[in-house]
Amino acid sequence: MRHLIIGSGPAGVVAAETLRKADPVADITLLCGEPEPPYSRMAIPYLLKGDIAEAGTHLRKDADHYATQRIQVVHGRARSVDTTGRTVDLGGGQRLPYDRLLIATGSRPSRESIPGIDLPGVRSCWTLEDARAILALAQAKPGIRIVQMGAGFVGCIIMEGLLSRGVDLTILVRSGYMVRRMMNPTASGLLQQWCQAKGVKIFTRTQPAGLSAADGVLQVALADGRVLPADIYLSAVGVDPNLDFLAGSGINLGQGIVVDEHLQSSVPGVYAAGDVAESRDCLTGKRQLNAIQPNAVEQGRIAALNMAGRPTAFKGSFVFNVLTTLGLVSSSFGEWEGQPGGDSAEVLDAARYRYLNLQFQGDRLIGANSVGFTDHVGALRGLIEGRVRLGRWKQRLMEDPTQIMQVYVAGVHSVA
Amino acid sequence: MQKSLHIDPNKCTGCLQCEMACSWENYRSFTTAKSRIKVFSFHEAGRFVPYTCTQCDEAWCMTACPVDAIKLDPVTGAKIVLDPTCVGCKVCTIACPFGTINYVAQSGKVQKCDLCDGAPACAKACPTAAITYVDADWTGLEKMRQWAGKTDTNPATV
Repeated sequence: MRHLIIGSGPAGVVAAETLRKADPVADITLLCGEPEPPYSRMAIPYLLKGDIAEAGTHLRKDADHYATQRIQVVHGRARSVDTTGRTVDLGGGQRLPYDRLLIATGSRPSRESIPGIDLPGVRSCWTLEDARAILALAQAKPGIRIVQMGAGFVGCIIMEGLLSRGVDLTILVRSGYMVRRMMNPTASGLLQQWCQAKGVKIFTRTQPAGLSAADGVLQVALADGRVLPADIYLSAVGVDPNLDFLAGSGINLGQGIVVDEHLQSSVPGVYAAGDVAESRDCLTGKRQLNAIQPNAVEQGRIAALNMAGRPTAFKGSFVFNVLTTLGLVSSSFGEWEGQPGGDSAEVLDAARYRYLNLQFQGDRLIGANSVGFTDHVGALRGLIEGRVRLGRWKQRLMEDPTQIMQVYVAGVHSVA
Repeated sequence: MQKSLHIDPNKCTGCLQCEMACSWENYRSFTTAKSRIKVFSFHEAGRFVPYTCTQCDEAWCMTACPVDAIKLDPVTGAKIVLDPTCVGCKVCTIACPFGTINYVAQSGKVQKCDLCDGAPACAKACPTAAITYVDADWTGLEKMRQWAGKTDTNPATV
């Protein structure tokens, strides 16, 4: 059996390892789209900060890991998939055959459609190559001006690394508030105050009308007529799944690759995992993309078991994330915006940048936002995903949301 | 036979010797705030419940780690954080549905129970045998693990 995995992020690597465990004799090929060993984008902020060297970003630390596991690593980009002939075209006449295919190609930065977006000096902070380029510029020219468009998850998590290199950072936020996809306005407001107190210039409800270059310096023209000079224009306006190469493949695409409960696409033998898979949200029942690390590894594992002939259902997942913005830790779980008719409870200490908001439906927790709370936050996942009925403990949380672990432990041990 | 921590809250008096022992073992200081085992107090019910990592088979923390910084100790079965490799991204802290792996701001790393290489200091320190280190089959571990399962059948806890 020939297994081919396109994409060497967490989903692809875990899938390859799971396949090896499940099938000792299978051929397993892992296609890496970048000229690097499989690495973690999650680690890039720490590379920018100088906490780790490049090797610290690698998903597996042993250089012989893939050889030991008899996982063949091939570098190249999939150009197209022929689902009838069961081959993947890498261009240049190179084709990889497969019996089972896993598409785990992840996401790429969304492209802004403004004039000048192709100018030199415009870049993302998404790949190891991006990080190298930014670090090289910051070292060559201390105090470089970076104008960053976007303050979502990526935009926020890279700020500490950028500032640690002495850059002059200006952030443009299209909407009224930062990380609006995972934080409510109160949590977001705390993040913004925190960043501004650390010297980051933040312009909300602002976006560039276009970019131009003058004497090697980018000119970022804002819609209100102001012009900001910049050495780097860092575009961080979100991500899109890497699906372009699937045009004409016959694979059913929605927002992502539509998969069934076994993570198989509409084409038998072709599976998807991670950021590209459109699967079921276990809270809402709706189909959605879920571009978070824990979902990627779980889907990689389950897709691999199915590919190996061990039918395993994916139970669904939901969105949760943790973000560190210049040292301020925040987290977001499930339906943090709440449901109509549901109760909510919150506690806010703005001066100390601490905030916790819980959302309920009946006596179940369905979502949460936190800022400055890190202890036992995993219990929020446990309570939400377990659809745990809180009974009278809900009232305890309504009165004091910080009692979350207390309430969780009470549930485990049936404390009356 | 692998061993695991067995916790019997009925025997716990809330003395916090376990928290003291844990922080001493790991930090050489008596700072209960740094302990990896926590005793939760339920004053109205007159109960104390020590709680820490169950070293679950799923090992959500270990599989979610993006830099391979959590490893299985094949001897004790503990999932162990490798400090030099951990970058402090905290993904494990939200992936663990038990809330038992936590970020430590001072070190910039996460910490969790590592069973003290097979001689847990908390169990040694417990004066009432509320925390014992015994053969894994005896601990009702499965019961605790199943509790955080993903079904809709969990009854209300009261």
